[in-house]
Amino acid sequence: MFRIFHASGMALVVVAGLAAQPAFAETPSEILASIQQEAAGTPGFQGFSAARGESFFKAKHGGEWSCASCHTENTAVQGKHAKTGKVIQPLAPSANAERFTDPGKVAKWFKRNCNDVLDRVCTPQEKGDVLAYLLSVKK
Amino acid sequence: MTIQNQKFLRMLAVALLAMGVTISAAQADDDRDERSGEGHGERSSGKYGGENRGKPVQPAQTNAKFQQECSTCHIAYAPGLLPAESWRKVMAGLDKHFGSDASLTDRENKEITAFLVNNASNRWSAPTAPLRISESIWFKRKHDSHEISPAVWKNPLVKSPANCAACHLQAERGDFSERNIRMPK
Repeated sequence: MFRIFHASGMALVVVAGLAAQPAFAETPSEILASIQQEAAGTPGFQGFSAARGESFFKAKHGGEWSCASCHTENTAVQGKHAKTGKVIQPLAPSANAERFTDPGKVAKWFKRNCNDVLDRVCTPQEKGDVLAYLLSVKK
Repeated sequence: MTIQNQKFLRMLAVALLAMGVTISAAQADDDRDERSGEGHGERSSGKYGGENRGKPVQPAQTNAKFQQECSTCHIAYAPGLLPAESWRKVMAGLDKHFGSDASLTDRENKEITAFLVNNASNRWSAPTAPLRISESIWFKRKHDSHEISPAVWKNPLVKSPANCAACHLQAERGDFSERNIRMPK
């Protein structure tokens, strides 16, 4: 009885500790893995493609902007917000170690930017393709 | 009319004129209040039709979330530039923020809204609540063609009236004083 109580008590402490942490520091490959987990549930999923991610990134999707409108075609260099002109730090993890290390930030910006570019959220396939592409960009 | 009466009227006229000069000097001073410091014309709630930015525009104590989230795409505009109701409206419509999705988590939104509302303009008496800082009467008055040549607005380095920092070097810190203005060439 004591042992069970003790174990569940420990679990509670661990869960509380995790919940208190707003964001876990992760690596871009860990983030890619969690997108892959999401994508694996969709029918016909056959993995991510950096090439597909690149054309997705550089294409317009019916709206005014592509991803590259702000992040530029070379994601290893600084970009500029298409409207305000504010400098955007490089998006490729090879050029900017902070990128894709905070799942909360990744979720926030995929939601915002997909809405701006596609007027909808992106599918796990699209997000994974784009991240595979960004990971393939050399500094 | 006796000579004494004439004398009195002349003195009265001089006194009234002097008062007039003093009053207009005070008003002129208020128009340049950034330069001359605090304390002039604060009582006139009708200044700029009641659409006046707060003083100070940036509180001494800022908020880390506000700084971080609001300065990603543009400078973190000082809360005193708009009245509380404007900030409530801006923060309630972040998913369509001037053509971009700038949505936050509920928790972030709540914290930043509270900061903006608590430090909103304390000199805004009009029942108006514009979404754009550049729509307020004080902004328009301070940036009209007497103050700024139309050519400045066409400069690609300025781009838009939203780009405060193009001319106000310390805009990011809520400092819009005249000594910190440089028009880009």
